[in-house]
Amino acid sequence: MSDRASWRNVFKTSLPVMAGYMVLGMGFGILLHSRGYGPLWAAAMSLFIYAGSMQFVGVDLLSTGAGLLTAAVTTLFVNARHLFYGVSMLERYHGAGAKKPYLIFTLTDETYSLVCGEAGEDLTYCIRLSLLDHCYWVTGSVLGSLLTQVLPFDTTGIDFSLTALFVTVFLDQWMKYSDHRPALVGLGVSGISLLLFGPENFLLPAMAGILALLLLPDRKEVKA
Amino acid sequence: MNTLHSVALVGVMAAVTAAIRFAPFLIFRGGKETPAVIRRLGTLLPGAVMAMLVVYCLRNAELTAPPHALPEVLAVAVTAGLHLWKRSTLLSIIGGTVCYMLLVQLVFV
Repeated sequence: MSDRASWRNVFKTSLPVMAGYMVLGMGFGILLHSRGYGPLWAAAMSLFIYAGSMQFVGVDLLSTGAGLLTAAVTTLFVNARHLFYGVSMLERYHGAGAKKPYLIFTLTDETYSLVCGEAGEDLTYCIRLSLLDHCYWVTGSVLGSLLTQVLPFDTTGIDFSLTALFVTVFLDQWMKYSDHRPALVGLGVSGISLLLFGPENFLLPAMAGILALLLLPDRKEVKA
Repeated sequence: MNTLHSVALVGVMAAVTAAIRFAPFLIFRGGKETPAVIRRLGTLLPGAVMAMLVVYCLRNAELTAPPHALPEVLAVAVTAGLHLWKRSTLLSIIGGTVCYMLLVQLVFV
Protein backbone atom coordinates (compact mmCIF):
# COMPACT_ATOMS: atom_id res chain seq x y z
CA MET A 1 0.00 0.00 0.00
CA SER A 2 1.39 3.36 -1.00
CA ASP A 3 1.31 6.37 1.30
CA ARG A 4 -1.22 7.89 -1.06
CA ALA A 5 -3.66 5.13 -0.15
CA SER A 6 -3.66 5.92 3.59
CA TRP A 7 -7.14 6.85 4.86
CA ARG A 8 -5.88 10.33 5.63
CA ASN A 9 -4.68 11.00 2.10
CA VAL A 10 -7.64 9.36 0.43
CA PHE A 11 -9.93 11.50 2.57
CA LYS A 12 -8.08 14.64 1.52
CA THR A 13 -8.32 13.69 -2.15
CA SER A 14 -12.05 13.10 -1.76
CA LEU A 15 -12.85 16.51 -0.22
CA PRO A 16 -14.09 18.18 -3.44
CA VAL A 17 -16.34 15.18 -4.10
CA MET A 18 -17.57 15.36 -0.51
CA ALA A 19 -18.59 19.00 -0.96
CA GLY A 20 -20.30 18.25 -4.26
CA TYR A 21 -22.04 15.06 -3.16
CA MET A 22 -23.26 16.47 0.15
CA VAL A 23 -24.81 19.56 -1.49
CA LEU A 24 -26.21 17.78 -4.55
CA GLY A 25 -27.29 14.83 -2.41
CA MET A 26 -29.16 17.18 -0.09
CA GLY A 27 -30.79 18.83 -3.11
CA PHE A 28 -31.89 15.37 -4.24
CA GLY A 29 -33.22 14.46 -0.77
CA ILE A 30 -35.17 17.72 -0.50
CA LEU A 31 -36.61 17.36 -4.01
CA LEU A 32 -37.59 13.73 -3.44
CA HIS A 33 -39.23 14.65 -0.14
CA SER A 34 -41.21 17.45 -1.79
CA ARG A 35 -42.78 14.81 -4.07
CA GLY A 36 -43.84 12.70 -1.09
CA TYR A 37 -40.92 10.25 -0.84
CA GLY A 38 -39.15 10.37 2.55
CA PRO A 39 -35.67 9.53 3.90
CA LEU A 40 -36.00 5.77 3.39
CA TRP A 41 -36.58 6.28 -0.33
CA ALA A 42 -33.66 8.71 -0.49
CA ALA A 43 -31.38 6.20 1.25
CA ALA A 44 -32.50 3.28 -0.93
CA MET A 45 -32.10 5.19 -4.19
CA SER A 46 -28.70 6.63 -3.29
CA LEU A 47 -27.46 3.28 -2.02
CA PHE A 48 -28.69 1.10 -4.89
CA ILE A 49 -28.89 3.36 -7.95
CA TYR A 50 -25.98 5.66 -7.01
CA ALA A 51 -26.04 7.82 -10.13
CA GLY A 52 -26.62 11.52 -9.52
CA SER A 53 -28.25 12.81 -12.71
CA MET A 54 -30.32 9.63 -13.08
CA GLN A 55 -31.70 9.92 -9.55
CA PHE A 56 -32.86 13.47 -10.22
CA VAL A 57 -34.60 12.29 -13.40
CA GLY A 58 -35.85 9.34 -11.33
CA VAL A 59 -37.70 11.72 -9.00
CA ASP A 60 -39.80 12.76 -12.00
CA LEU A 61 -40.28 9.17 -13.16
CA LEU A 62 -41.48 8.23 -9.66
CA SER A 63 -43.82 11.15 -9.10
CA THR A 64 -45.40 10.84 -12.55
CA GLY A 65 -45.71 7.07 -12.23
CA ALA A 66 -43.76 6.45 -15.43
CA GLY A 67 -43.85 3.05 -17.11
CA LEU A 68 -41.08 0.53 -16.41
CA LEU A 69 -39.92 0.45 -20.03
CA THR A 70 -39.65 4.24 -20.14
CA ALA A 71 -37.65 4.10 -16.90
CA ALA A 72 -35.32 1.43 -18.29
CA VAL A 73 -34.65 3.22 -21.59
CA THR A 74 -34.23 6.59 -19.86
CA THR A 75 -31.71 5.06 -17.44
CA LEU A 76 -29.87 3.49 -20.35
CA PHE A 77 -29.52 6.85 -22.08
CA VAL A 78 -28.73 9.00 -19.09
CA ASN A 79 -26.10 6.56 -17.81
CA ALA A 80 -24.74 5.26 -21.13
CA ARG A 81 -21.55 7.26 -20.63
CA HIS A 82 -20.65 4.92 -17.74
CA LEU A 83 -20.00 2.19 -20.32
CA PHE A 84 -16.90 4.05 -21.34
CA TYR A 85 -15.61 4.49 -17.82
CA GLY A 86 -15.76 0.72 -17.51
CA VAL A 87 -13.96 0.20 -20.79
CA SER A 88 -11.07 2.38 -19.63
CA MET A 89 -10.83 0.71 -16.20
CA LEU A 90 -10.83 -2.89 -17.51
CA GLU A 91 -7.16 -3.61 -16.98
CA ARG A 92 -6.75 -1.66 -13.76
CA TYR A 93 -9.59 -3.44 -11.96
CA HIS A 94 -8.67 -6.82 -13.42
CA GLY A 95 -6.84 -8.08 -10.34
CA ALA A 96 -9.14 -6.61 -7.68
CA GLY A 97 -10.59 -9.99 -6.67
CA ALA A 98 -13.54 -9.92 -4.29
CA LYS A 99 -13.60 -6.12 -4.22
CA LYS A 100 -13.98 -5.86 -7.98
CA PRO A 101 -17.81 -5.90 -8.08
CA TYR A 102 -17.98 -3.03 -5.59
CA LEU A 103 -15.37 -1.01 -7.49
CA ILE A 104 -17.41 -1.46 -10.69
CA PHE A 105 -20.74 -0.74 -9.00
CA THR A 106 -19.47 2.57 -7.55
CA LEU A 107 -17.85 3.89 -10.72
CA THR A 108 -19.64 7.27 -10.87
CA ASP A 109 -18.48 10.29 -12.89
CA GLU A 110 -16.70 11.84 -9.90
CA THR A 111 -15.13 8.62 -8.61
CA TYR A 112 -13.97 7.78 -12.11
CA SER A 113 -12.32 11.19 -12.41
CA LEU A 114 -10.27 10.39 -9.28
CA VAL A 115 -9.35 6.74 -9.99
CA CYS A 116 -8.53 7.02 -13.70
CA GLY A 117 -5.31 8.91 -12.97
CA GLU A 118 -1.98 7.70 -11.71
CA ALA A 119 -3.14 7.39 -8.09
CA GLY A 120 -5.65 4.75 -9.14
CA GLU A 121 -2.90 2.25 -9.85
CA ASP A 122 -3.12 1.43 -6.13
CA LEU A 123 -6.30 -0.63 -5.66
CA THR A 124 -6.42 0.13 -1.93
CA TYR A 125 -6.68 3.81 -2.86
CA CYS A 126 -9.48 3.00 -5.33
CA ILE A 127 -11.56 0.96 -2.92
CA ARG A 128 -11.28 3.48 -0.07
CA LEU A 129 -12.10 6.39 -2.33
CA SER A 130 -15.08 4.55 -3.87
CA LEU A 131 -16.41 3.75 -0.40
CA LEU A 132 -16.01 7.32 0.90
CA ASP A 133 -17.74 8.83 -2.16
CA HIS A 134 -20.64 6.38 -1.84
CA CYS A 135 -21.02 7.33 1.86
CA TYR A 136 -21.04 11.07 1.09
CA TRP A 137 -23.79 10.61 -1.47
CA VAL A 138 -26.04 8.50 0.77
CA THR A 139 -25.42 10.78 3.78
CA GLY A 140 -26.17 13.93 1.78
CA SER A 141 -29.45 12.65 0.37
CA VAL A 142 -30.74 11.33 3.70
CA LEU A 143 -29.68 14.57 5.41
CA GLY A 144 -31.55 16.63 2.82
CA SER A 145 -34.66 14.54 3.27
CA LEU A 146 -34.49 14.85 7.09
CA LEU A 147 -33.77 18.60 6.99
CA THR A 148 -36.97 19.37 5.09
CA GLN A 149 -38.91 17.77 7.94
CA VAL A 150 -37.14 19.87 10.58
CA LEU A 151 -36.59 23.19 8.82
CA PRO A 152 -39.76 24.88 7.65
CA PHE A 153 -38.60 26.58 4.47
CA ASP A 154 -40.35 26.92 1.16
CA THR A 155 -38.73 24.49 -1.28
CA THR A 156 -40.76 25.67 -4.29
CA GLY A 157 -38.38 25.85 -7.22
CA ILE A 158 -35.68 23.61 -5.69
CA ASP A 159 -36.12 21.26 -8.67
CA PHE A 160 -34.26 23.81 -10.75
CA SER A 161 -31.06 22.37 -9.19
CA LEU A 162 -31.41 19.53 -11.70
CA THR A 163 -31.70 21.92 -14.65
CA ALA A 164 -28.69 23.83 -13.34
CA LEU A 165 -26.67 20.63 -13.00
CA PHE A 166 -27.33 19.65 -16.61
CA VAL A 167 -26.64 23.18 -17.86
CA THR A 168 -23.19 23.13 -16.21
CA VAL A 169 -22.32 19.65 -17.54
CA PHE A 170 -23.56 20.72 -20.98
CA LEU A 171 -21.30 23.80 -20.90
CA ASP A 172 -18.31 21.75 -19.67
CA GLN A 173 -18.75 19.39 -22.62
CA TRP A 174 -19.29 22.27 -25.03
CA MET A 175 -15.96 23.77 -24.01
CA LYS A 176 -14.17 20.42 -23.96
CA TYR A 177 -15.08 19.29 -27.48
CA SER A 178 -14.45 21.31 -30.63
CA ASP A 179 -17.19 19.41 -32.47
CA HIS A 180 -20.49 20.93 -31.32
CA ARG A 181 -22.69 18.86 -33.66
CA PRO A 182 -23.69 16.26 -31.02
CA ALA A 183 -24.83 19.05 -28.66
CA LEU A 184 -26.78 20.75 -31.45
CA VAL A 185 -28.30 17.43 -32.56
CA GLY A 186 -29.37 16.83 -28.95
CA LEU A 187 -30.96 20.27 -28.63
CA GLY A 188 -32.62 20.22 -32.05
CA VAL A 189 -34.02 16.69 -31.98
CA SER A 190 -35.29 17.08 -28.38
CA GLY A 191 -36.90 20.44 -29.18
CA ILE A 192 -38.68 19.11 -32.28
CA SER A 193 -39.73 15.97 -30.43
CA LEU A 194 -41.14 18.08 -27.59
CA LEU A 195 -43.22 20.10 -30.05
CA LEU A 196 -44.47 16.98 -31.87
CA PHE A 197 -45.12 14.61 -28.96
CA GLY A 198 -45.67 16.91 -25.97
CA PRO A 199 -43.91 17.06 -22.58
CA GLU A 200 -45.02 13.61 -21.34
CA ASN A 201 -44.06 11.52 -24.37
CA PHE A 202 -41.14 13.22 -26.10
CA LEU A 203 -38.22 11.44 -24.40
CA LEU A 204 -38.29 8.08 -26.24
CA PRO A 205 -38.68 9.52 -29.76
CA ALA A 206 -35.98 12.09 -28.94
CA MET A 207 -33.55 9.33 -27.91
CA ALA A 208 -34.30 7.32 -31.05
CA GLY A 209 -33.76 10.39 -33.23
CA ILE A 210 -30.49 11.31 -31.51
CA LEU A 211 -29.12 7.80 -31.87
CA ALA A 212 -30.09 7.64 -35.56
CA LEU A 213 -28.52 11.02 -36.36
CA LEU A 214 -25.31 10.33 -34.45
CA LEU A 215 -24.82 7.02 -36.25
CA LEU A 216 -25.76 8.41 -39.67
CA PRO A 217 -22.37 9.80 -40.82
CA ASP A 218 -20.82 6.43 -39.99
CA ARG A 219 -22.96 4.71 -42.62
CA LYS A 220 -22.02 7.31 -45.20
CA GLU A 221 -18.35 6.72 -44.48
CA VAL A 222 -18.83 3.00 -45.00
CA LYS A 223 -20.62 3.55 -48.31
CA ALA A 224 -17.98 5.97 -49.56
CA MET B 1 -48.39 7.23 -4.90
CA ASN B 2 -48.40 3.56 -5.80
CA THR B 3 -45.74 2.07 -3.50
CA LEU B 4 -45.34 -1.19 -5.38
CA HIS B 5 -44.87 0.57 -8.71
CA SER B 6 -42.40 3.00 -7.11
CA VAL B 7 -40.34 0.10 -5.71
CA ALA B 8 -40.38 -1.48 -9.17
CA LEU B 9 -39.21 1.80 -10.74
CA VAL B 10 -36.31 2.14 -8.28
CA GLY B 11 -35.46 -1.52 -8.94
CA VAL B 12 -35.40 -0.99 -12.71
CA MET B 13 -33.25 2.15 -12.42
CA ALA B 14 -30.80 0.37 -10.09
CA ALA B 15 -30.64 -2.76 -12.26
CA VAL B 16 -30.09 -0.89 -15.53
CA THR B 17 -27.46 1.40 -13.96
CA ALA B 18 -25.58 -1.61 -12.54
CA ALA B 19 -25.91 -3.48 -15.84
CA ILE B 20 -24.32 -0.54 -17.68
CA ARG B 21 -21.44 -0.38 -15.21
CA PHE B 22 -20.78 -4.14 -15.33
CA ALA B 23 -21.30 -4.64 -19.06
CA PRO B 24 -17.79 -3.65 -20.24
CA PHE B 25 -16.19 -5.98 -17.70
CA LEU B 26 -18.36 -8.88 -18.87
CA ILE B 27 -18.13 -8.17 -22.61
CA PHE B 28 -14.44 -7.30 -22.96
CA ARG B 29 -13.19 -9.96 -20.58
CA GLY B 30 -10.61 -11.47 -22.92
CA GLY B 31 -8.99 -8.15 -23.75
CA LYS B 32 -10.86 -7.86 -27.06
CA GLU B 33 -10.70 -4.47 -28.73
CA THR B 34 -13.62 -2.07 -28.21
CA PRO B 35 -15.76 -1.86 -31.38
CA ALA B 36 -15.41 1.39 -33.30
CA VAL B 37 -19.12 2.18 -33.09
CA ILE B 38 -19.02 1.98 -29.27
CA ARG B 39 -16.00 4.30 -29.09
CA ARG B 40 -17.73 6.65 -31.53
CA LEU B 41 -20.89 6.77 -29.44
CA GLY B 42 -18.74 7.25 -26.36
CA THR B 43 -17.46 10.56 -27.65
CA LEU B 44 -20.67 11.77 -29.31
CA LEU B 45 -23.44 10.66 -26.95
CA PRO B 46 -22.58 12.64 -23.77
CA GLY B 47 -22.98 16.04 -25.42
CA ALA B 48 -26.26 15.12 -27.12
CA VAL B 49 -27.73 13.50 -24.00
CA MET B 50 -26.93 16.52 -21.80
CA ALA B 51 -28.67 18.81 -24.31
CA MET B 52 -31.65 16.46 -24.26
CA LEU B 53 -31.74 16.51 -20.45
CA VAL B 54 -31.72 20.31 -20.38
CA VAL B 55 -34.75 20.27 -22.72
CA TYR B 56 -36.31 17.56 -20.54
CA CYS B 57 -35.98 19.75 -17.44
CA LEU B 58 -37.56 22.72 -19.19
CA ARG B 59 -40.35 20.72 -20.87
CA ASN B 60 -43.12 22.12 -18.68
CA ALA B 61 -42.09 25.79 -18.97
CA GLU B 62 -45.09 27.89 -20.04
CA LEU B 63 -44.17 29.69 -23.25
CA THR B 64 -47.54 30.95 -24.47
CA ALA B 65 -48.96 32.33 -21.20
CA PRO B 66 -47.42 34.66 -18.58
CA PRO B 67 -44.72 34.61 -17.27
CA HIS B 68 -43.63 33.21 -20.68
CA ALA B 69 -40.89 30.97 -19.19
CA LEU B 70 -39.12 34.08 -17.93
CA PRO B 71 -38.04 32.52 -14.58
CA GLU B 72 -36.51 29.55 -16.45
CA VAL B 73 -34.76 31.75 -19.03
CA LEU B 74 -33.33 34.07 -16.37
CA ALA B 75 -32.19 31.27 -14.07
CA VAL B 76 -30.55 29.34 -16.92
CA ALA B 77 -28.76 32.56 -17.91
CA VAL B 78 -27.54 33.07 -14.33
CA THR B 79 -26.36 29.44 -14.12
CA ALA B 80 -24.55 29.63 -17.46
CA GLY B 81 -23.10 33.08 -16.72
CA LEU B 82 -21.74 31.99 -13.33
CA HIS B 83 -20.33 28.83 -14.88
CA LEU B 84 -18.55 30.59 -17.73
CA TRP B 85 -17.20 33.12 -15.28
CA LYS B 86 -16.03 30.99 -12.34
CA ARG B 87 -16.09 27.41 -13.77
CA SER B 88 -17.28 26.09 -10.42
CA THR B 89 -20.08 23.54 -10.87
CA LEU B 90 -21.25 23.86 -7.28
CA LEU B 91 -21.40 27.67 -7.34
CA SER B 92 -23.25 27.69 -10.66
CA ILE B 93 -25.87 25.20 -9.42
CA ILE B 94 -26.46 26.95 -6.11
CA GLY B 95 -26.53 30.41 -7.72
CA GLY B 96 -28.94 29.37 -10.45
CA THR B 97 -31.24 27.46 -8.11
CA VAL B 98 -31.42 30.25 -5.51
CA CYS B 99 -32.15 32.70 -8.33
CA TYR B 100 -34.97 30.48 -9.64
CA MET B 101 -36.45 29.94 -6.17
CA LEU B 102 -36.48 33.68 -5.49
CA LEU B 103 -38.09 34.34 -8.88
CA VAL B 104 -40.92 31.83 -8.53
CA GLN B 105 -41.51 32.53 -4.81
CA LEU B 106 -41.24 36.33 -4.73
CA VAL B 107 -41.30 37.86 -8.22
CA PHE B 108 -43.57 35.77 -10.46
CA VAL B 109 -46.04 34.66 -7.80
